[in-house]
Amino acid sequence: MKPTNRNGLTRLFYNPTARSLFFQALVLGGLLWFVLTIVGNVTTNLNARGISSGFGFLSQPAGFGISQSLIEYNETFTFGRTFFVGLLNTLLVSAMGVVAATILGVFVGISRISPNWLLRKISMVYIEILRNIPLLLQIFFWYYVVLQTLPRPRDSLSFGETIFINIRGVFMPKPMAETGFALYVGLLVAAVVGVIFLGQWAKRRMRDTGQQFPVFWTSVAILLGTLVLGFFITGRPIALDYPELRGLNFRGGMSLIPELIALWFALTIYTSTYIGEIVRSGIQSVSHGQTEACRALGLNEKQRMNLVVLPQAMRVMIPPMTSQYLNLTKNSSLATAIGYPDLVSVFAGTTLNQTGQAIEIITMTMLVYLTISLLVSAFMNWFNKRVALVER
Amino acid sequence: MTNQQDFIITLKNVNKWYGEFHVLKDINLNVKMGERIVICGPSGSGKSTMIRCINHLEEHQEGDIVVDGVLLNNDLKNIGQIRKEVGMVFQHFNLFPHLTVLQNCTLAPIWVRKMPQKEAEAIAMKYLERVKIPDQANKYPGQLSGGQQQRVAIARSLCMNPRVMLFDEPTSALDPEMIKEVLDVMVELAQEGMTMLCVTHEMGFAKKVADRVIFMDAGQIIEENEPESFFNNPQSDRTKLFLSQVLGH
Ligand SMILES: Nc1ncnc2c1ncn2[C@@H]1O[C@H](COP(=O)(O)OP(=O)(O)O)[C@@H](O)[C@H]1O
Ligand SMILES: [Mg+2]
Repeated sequence: MKPTNRNGLTRLFYNPTARSLFFQALVLGGLLWFVLTIVGNVTTNLNARGISSGFGFLSQPAGFGISQSLIEYNETFTFGRTFFVGLLNTLLVSAMGVVAATILGVFVGISRISPNWLLRKISMVYIEILRNIPLLLQIFFWYYVVLQTLPRPRDSLSFGETIFINIRGVFMPKPMAETGFALYVGLLVAAVVGVIFLGQWAKRRMRDTGQQFPVFWTSVAILLGTLVLGFFITGRPIALDYPELRGLNFRGGMSLIPELIALWFALTIYTSTYIGEIVRSGIQSVSHGQTEACRALGLNEKQRMNLVVLPQAMRVMIPPMTSQYLNLTKNSSLATAIGYPDLVSVFAGTTLNQTGQAIEIITMTMLVYLTISLLVSAFMNWFNKRVALVER
Repeated sequence: MTNQQDFIITLKNVNKWYGEFHVLKDINLNVKMGERIVICGPSGSGKSTMIRCINHLEEHQEGDIVVDGVLLNNDLKNIGQIRKEVGMVFQHFNLFPHLTVLQNCTLAPIWVRKMPQKEAEAIAMKYLERVKIPDQANKYPGQLSGGQQQRVAIARSLCMNPRVMLFDEPTSALDPEMIKEVLDVMVELAQEGMTMLCVTHEMGFAKKVADRVIFMDAGQIIEENEPESFFNNPQSDRTKLFLSQVLGH
């Protein structure tokens, strides 16, 4: 039989390449139509209500205050500035959370498989309870139940009259550079460089002679010694600005606002339960045979952990760890609920309310989170590739 | 005359339980320096458990185990001392997948024997040559065949310069065509005078190199003899049954 035209079409339809191309084109077309419709609608609506679009609002004065800012800010600054204030606050609480959750999580994860019965049970209960309470509720718990019941400033909990804790937050001395500070920093840098060289020298010596050198403790001694001795040698180049009670609140020094503390605690504790489970399963994923091989070769428990188990566990832990870091960063947007001035609260909240530029602001905010996520993922992928196991 | 000093390994009335389960029953075994012993018996009879007690991968509850003059008890120092002198090869190789073949071989000499890296590498290359895979030194275990991996595992143990080698079914996880390359290495090792305790069902290997064959069943040593008599003239019924199954008659 002669192949007819319809026959050819049918064949095309069952050709996997043609078929997948066709459906991809269909989906892409649908998506394009959807976006264009929305943009069209919104533009019409905005024009009807007399709201101008574009990013001009970023250079207008903001006119509102923000309770915490890492860069200079007051109400005379622009909306563009509020974006950066919010962004830095998001990055601050995320970075603090990632560091603390990692430390706490590793501790919880290792406790979970420790030979100590009590430690094992406590960490199990910790994980099971805190992982199953919604994060928002935990934020509320720290903010409303714990921090709001702290005393008023005049009755502050005081630690040696230098650190004060009250309902307005934590107040502590602020270090201020004096003459000789540059010299002091120079000394510290020199000490760090020295320690790095010491480490390399010890490694070389071990390779050539087999002798081991107590690098860790020597380094600690050098660094601490420089920190303390250098301080006096360079003529005490750091002065402390102490917080002082003036009227209803403390002035001077540094402070952590209660919103930051509540958000930080909640994010840290909530995420640490997941990191704990990741650490535990990472360590347990290393087969028992590895442990037996180490023991049979005479390696001690510390060497077994550091040289064999952890390097292998790391590979298993990196991908889920990445998603926990990203989750924490994204979860930090719950800040809005207690008024911590993060990007969502300040920019996608207050700034949006005042300017009405919803499309521009939401797009910018989403792009920020997307960029952070992509950057972290890219770094972790690179890291993961570097440590990946070589298989056939 | 033999006395304690002549034995590199002594097990005296060793008993071990897993909970209620009596896995080793009154085991007595003396191994002379340079002796090659093959241990066989049905699965679950306690062969692995027995040799794993020798380097304290398992703990026995009663009796004495003395290795190279050191009494095995809960003293970490003694355990470390013994593990340095006793090498072990496992059924599933247990190579370190994140380290190259060479690094697998130098890890313990460097960290346990405190050997300079260069020296450790030279020794590792020597043993990799003996197991006939020096060209794989910079590959990772995952890139090697099972037979090659097991030979690396043997080299890794030898790098610690052990006085005794324990083998726990070293060829059971291998495809048939790879068994020979591993057995060849073990035969050579035996001929060089290494003291060996080897759990295996490779009866050809036993006939070729063993000074003694030990038959275990249900946690007991049922019978031990020179290979000749063991295979041609087994004493107990259980041994006969086992041999007929293994030799496939
Ligand atoms: N960790 C353990 N807990 C409980 N029982 C075990 C354990 N290890 C081994 N056994 C039991 O001990 C017996 C002997 O095991 P094993 O020494 O491995 O035997 P073989 O090596 O001769 O096959 C088996 O019945 C096994 O089920
Ligand atoms: Mg076994």
